[in-house]
Amino acid sequence: MLQVRNLVKVFNKGTVNESILFDGLGMDIQEGDFITIIGSNGAGKSSFLNLVAGTLSSDEGAITLKGKDITKLWEFQRTKLFGRVFQNPTLGTSPSMTVLENLSMAYNKGKKFNLSLGVSKDNIPFFIDLLSQLSLGLEDKLHTEVGLLSGGQRQALSLLMATMSNPQLLLLDEHTAALDPKTSKTIIELTEAIVLKKKITTLMVTHNLNQAISLGNRLLMFHRGKVVLDIKGEEKKSLTIEKLLGYFEEIQSKEAISDAMLFSNF
Amino acid sequence: MTSFWLSILEQGLIFAIMSLGVYITYKILDFPDLSVDGSFPLGAAVTATLLVMGINPFLACLLSMFAGMISGGITGLLHVKLKITNLLSGILVMIGLYSINLRIMGRANIPLFTQETIFSNSLPPVLIVAIFVFVAKLLLDLFFKTKLGFLLRATGDNPQMVTSLGIDIGMMKIMGLMLSNGLVALSGSMMAQYQRFSDVGMGTGMIIMGLAAIILGEALLKRFSFVTATSMALFGTILYRTTIASALRLGLPPSDLKLITSIIVITALGINGKKLPFNLNLKSLIKIGGVHNVTGAKSSKSFQ
Repeated sequence: MLQVRNLVKVFNKGTVNESILFDGLGMDIQEGDFITIIGSNGAGKSSFLNLVAGTLSSDEGAITLKGKDITKLWEFQRTKLFGRVFQNPTLGTSPSMTVLENLSMAYNKGKKFNLSLGVSKDNIPFFIDLLSQLSLGLEDKLHTEVGLLSGGQRQALSLLMATMSNPQLLLLDEHTAALDPKTSKTIIELTEAIVLKKKITTLMVTHNLNQAISLGNRLLMFHRGKVVLDIKGEEKKSLTIEKLLGYFEEIQSKEAISDAMLFSNF
Repeated sequence: MTSFWLSILEQGLIFAIMSLGVYITYKILDFPDLSVDGSFPLGAAVTATLLVMGINPFLACLLSMFAGMISGGITGLLHVKLKITNLLSGILVMIGLYSINLRIMGRANIPLFTQETIFSNSLPPVLIVAIFVFVAKLLLDLFFKTKLGFLLRATGDNPQMVTSLGIDIGMMKIMGLMLSNGLVALSGSMMAQYQRFSDVGMGTGMIIMGLAAIILGEALLKRFSFVTATSMALFGTILYRTTIASALRLGLPPSDLKLITSIIVITALGINGKKLPFNLNLKSLIKIGGVHNVTGAKSSKSFQ
């Protein structure tokens, strides 16, 4: 469904600070996959999402979505097909507008934004129904400015808004990292429910290994711009934290060995 | 005395249309558009030239508005397509417009003593101006309730979200700037007809005046949740003009006008957001519903 071929991304190209993040990354994502992505800081998880979403432009390589080359498309052209939730809860909603106004905008995604009224009264029962499923009390706050909501409420709203128009691909960039454990759990449950119900192909970056293991049908571990671990299917179901940590240490020790070899030359 | 205050009101209302334009860029788009200093006299220049040619004054207003929209569009294109910072884009257009305005008029000023203007009828000028302001405000309020208006509001609020909706924020910015400068030029056009001359220098300090009006209006009316933002801009402009007029009445020379404007803006910005005792008094004067208190973001400290 989503194919990434020979993706190259170099930061600060041509300067002394040049750093190559991806050097020929390739990936195939199937329709309906729910993929969790883990990796240490600087591994390229978020950059990968940014490259797919078009926030960053790639230096080489091709990204195709359902056979359509999207590499050259602007971010706003790609986002027509994508839904995205960010780590920062303030990025998904418009703070000075009300919950109802925000939802109405998301509902209209993919349709024309013309001079007809922004809020359609007919949609209000539908929105109330959606919000009450969150059990965060948002259904009583339709006319509250989003800026007055808590981070968890905003993130739940962002998630609703990102998935409302049934995107072909959902990108979740550590979307629970800024929340307290309890709210984080609520949002994760909500994520799973929505993704499974709407069968949206999803890429989820997380630092929480429990989440990475329990959610989805495929797990990718990034390390220094490469996919070092790709676990799917039955193997993914039987995965435990101990196994995952084992893999992780194996990768780390390989590096330690190569470092040792490097230094042994001196 | 009455005629003095009436003329203050008339001028205040004309400038209020400009403030509505400044409100769109400064408040909604979060875009400090300095080209206002150029598009205000642009409206005046276009109007004066057209009136001398014997064109219908209402048509002249409309054409001036279009001229303003073009100038706003250029500011937007500079910022969006050439990636020039918003502040500099506005300044560049403002400087360029000075020469363009001179070219349009052919000289530094045009008097309009005999020409027919929008005020050349039996209706009192204040009524004509008020109708213009009322219509502009109403249309703007309505626009902000439409889908397109929602996008414009969200663009200033959270550009990333608008991008996530699959919308080009560059286009939104250009549209907002066009709308804003169209209103500013309309205000300039009405001003030229009201004072019966157009001068190439009449735009100096307009942006600051617009800001002063918006900040003043907001500082005094923000706590009343039923007052719309456009009303705040309107009220702020009239209040600002009154303050200036009072200062002149008290004997300050007209040459001090710009300094007074600066001081008003500095004061308003300085006190805005701070908890002043008179704010509390104002608040307790009006009983606002329970929902307001429950959802209000103020901490308990503000009530002590």
